[in-house]
Parts: sequence; C-alpha cells; structure tokens
Amino acid sequence: MREVHVNDITQAVAKMCIATNVKISPDILEGLKKSQKLESSPIGIDILDQLLQNAEIAERKNMPICQDTGMAVVFVEIGQEVSISGGLLTDAINEGVRKGYEEGYLRKSIVEDPFFRVNTNDNTPAVIHYDIVGGDSLKISLSPKGFGSENMSRIYMLKPSDGIEGAKRVILETIDMAGPNACPPMVVGVGIGGTFEKAAILAKKALIRPIDQSSDITYVSNLEKELTKKANQLGIGPQGMGGRTTVLGINIETFPTHIAGLPVAINISCHVTRHMSVSL
Amino acid sequence: MVITTPLKKHIINQLKAGDKVLITGIIYTARDAGHKRMIEQLAKGERIPFNIEESIIYYVGPSPAKPGEIIGSAGPTTSYRMDDYTPELLDLGLKGMIGKGNRHEKVIESMKKNGAVYFGAVGGAAALIASSIIKAKVIAYEELGTEALRELYVENFPAIVLIDQDGKNLYEEEKVKYRTYQAD
Ligand code: SF4
Repeated sequence: MREVHVNDITQAVAKMCIATNVKISPDILEGLKKSQKLESSPIGIDILDQLLQNAEIAERKNMPICQDTGMAVVFVEIGQEVSISGGLLTDAINEGVRKGYEEGYLRKSIVEDPFFRVNTNDNTPAVIHYDIVGGDSLKISLSPKGFGSENMSRIYMLKPSDGIEGAKRVILETIDMAGPNACPPMVVGVGIGGTFEKAAILAKKALIRPIDQSSDITYVSNLEKELTKKANQLGIGPQGMGGRTTVLGINIETFPTHIAGLPVAINISCHVTRHMSVSL
Repeated sequence: MVITTPLKKHIINQLKAGDKVLITGIIYTARDAGHKRMIEQLAKGERIPFNIEESIIYYVGPSPAKPGEIIGSAGPTTSYRMDDYTPELLDLGLKGMIGKGNRHEKVIESMKKNGAVYFGAVGGAAALIASSIIKAKVIAYEELGTEALRELYVENFPAIVLIDQDGKNLYEEEKVKYRTYQAD
C-alpha cells in the first residue's frame, strides 16, 4: 500500500483550480491560432484576435480567462494499492476547490439548491467521478466547467437502427442549436454507448482529452475529423457572428451498450475549455 | 463608432446591426438573480435600485477583484435567461442591453416597440473587457455576491450591435453567408 496524505490532494486541487482558470490550455491556444489563419469572416478574425489577446492579458495579470470560472468537475483514478491518510478523499478535493477559488480570486458560482438558490460562497461542492484502477498511483483531473456552454448540452436515446448517421445528425443539430449562446468556437465532448448516465459522463470525459489528440479507435478518430469539418460548415463562426470557426475540436468516447439502445450525449464546451491532470 | 450613455434616442437611431461600437459612460450590471429581484420589487410597487431610463444593462457576473484592482474578469453571460424579465424593463425605459446569444421573439418585439438596442460583447474575452472598466461599485443586493447590481463607469467598452431597434439581427445575417453545410 502506498500512502497519500489528504493535504497533498488539497494542495494539488487548489493549484489546478487556479492554473486552469488563468492560463489557457496549450491545445486550445494552438487551435485558436490555427483557426485564425483559416477564418474568412472579418468579424470572425477580429474576434479570434481578441480571444488571443484576452488569453495573453489573463496570463500576464494572473486573472481568469473568463469570469465564469465554472463548476469544478473532477475525475479521480485511484489505484487499488493507494491508501488515503489524514481524512476523506472527497473532503480533501472539496477543500482544494474552496482554497483554489478563494486564493485565486475565482468566481463562486455554485448555489446550494437548484430551487432555493443561495450561493455556497466557496464554489463547493465539486462534481467528482471516481474510478478504481490497478496500481498504486492517484490521478486527479480537473475541469472547471462554464455554464453558458453547459446549458446547450443534449442527450439523445437513439435507436440502434439510427446508426452512425443518426449520431452525426444529432451531434450537428446540437451544435447548430447551441450557436452563439455557447461562446463559439466551441469544443464538443461526445459520449456514445453505455446507459443514459454513462453516455453523459463519457461526454464530459471527452472534454478532458486535449483537442489535438484524436481517439485511438480508427473509426472514431475519423468520425471526429468528419464532424469537425461539417460543424465548421454550419456558418456559426466565432461568437456566432458568422464564419468557419465554429468548433476547435470534437472529441468522442465510446462504450459497449445494450442491444436495444444507442445513447448519444453531447457536452458543449467553449473556447476556454479548461483541463489539467496531476498524478500523486 | 464611439457612443456615450445615457443612451439617447438620436444615438439609437444611428445604430444598425453589425456596427462596432465603443461605449463610454455609466452602465449597470445585472444577471439572473438580480433581474428576479428587480421584477419582484416592481411587482410590490417598489422602485428598482437605479434610474433605468435611457440606461444600459450589462449581463455579467464578474470574478472578484484582487486587492488594488477595480474588478475581476468581466465578460458577458448568455442573455436568453433574462428574456422573461426584459420586456418589463424595456417598458420602463431601458434602452440597451449587453450580453451574448439569441433573444426571444418577445424581447425583440419589445425592443422594436420601445426603440432599444441589444449589443454583444465577446463571450470569454473577460480579462480584455475588464480593462475598459474604470470604476465599479455595488449599488444593491450585495448579498448576491457576483450577482449583485453594480454601477460601472466604462471607457471604450468594445461591443457590436447584435439586434437594432428595427429588429435586424446580426447573427442571422452573417450565419447564412458562411453556411455551406448540406445534410447528406
Ligand atoms: S461559455 Fe465559456 S467562454 Fe462563454 S462565458 Fe461560459 S465559460 Fe466563459
């Protein structure tokens, strides 16, 4: 058994909360620069330029890229041979979020009840997904998720006969409906297969994969490329004001599913898609 | 085009969808919870906390200001969530809104009726936009934190006219120009 102390977990989470929010992720930065060269809309080019300037100012002044510093989504892969000492793992992660959002002057955007909307004032609780894996390492991935784009996400329970064409149709339809509301250029995470909730979690997980890394499965990687191309023909463009840069990337994760089903979850994210991982 | 607040009729008359503007003057911030509170106050026959006539509301929930700073990052939030509340405010004299994203038909109708403009700021360009905010103070609902009502003094705040008082919509006009997608 390898021991990991809760204090180290709290520190790591706090650091990632601040780092992801002030420094644009390298894959997104590259994506923005590339798309600026390909964009033909004058308004679009100007917006992409403002987004690049914004990223530069945020990093230099150590302030958030976007004021919506998100709800903290955390994926934990914990090795079976890891033992956590000093307290509870979930508490340690939430403590890290509390600390990071306070010390980083990040916005506290969480309300304690969906109907009785009182702000918790420390951005907790985080949404945490646990996976138990082999070995003795502990991997924590953090993705603060903004809600302008989150609100534009959809889940479809397709029929097996809808097939790959059906999946393409609903993915593009969701991107088209999201339009300017999701702060395009968007990053799109798609989860296909599993059950209702599994597809949604896969879609979220897809957003943690850098956009310059395609799927290991050949047909999925081809699908990612095809859909990215088609999404960029929708005309939405930067901020929805027209152009070819509608998405920076589309990542797809798949999972075995039931003989009767074809769940497709589409998690819309934006040009400040934030993700970072650490192994302790 | 450089425009100043209060947003007078002669300024609104010049603004067309697609115009890039730099806004200077006082604007107010309100988002979901702030709007709900204002509408509740109006329902009780009370006045809302600022003079709404010829004003601009910016839909934003800024991140906290660091010590010595005026405000944190402050980009626009998605506007449609305010749509249920907006026509009532337009009827009271609100003339401009700054946000991002589509508006409901009833808002556009009310804008046409009342002669108002909807501006877009670049969503996510929050650190850049913050540099045009010169002064900021909370004027009401302080307990709402980021959602409190604020009075901002802005200089050369960058925006674009998304929907003008004739209902012309930049999103609709530009999207079709670049749409080459055909479902197969
Ligand atoms: S959708 Fe993204 S860029 Fe837009 S306001 Fe939300 S977090 Fe910021």
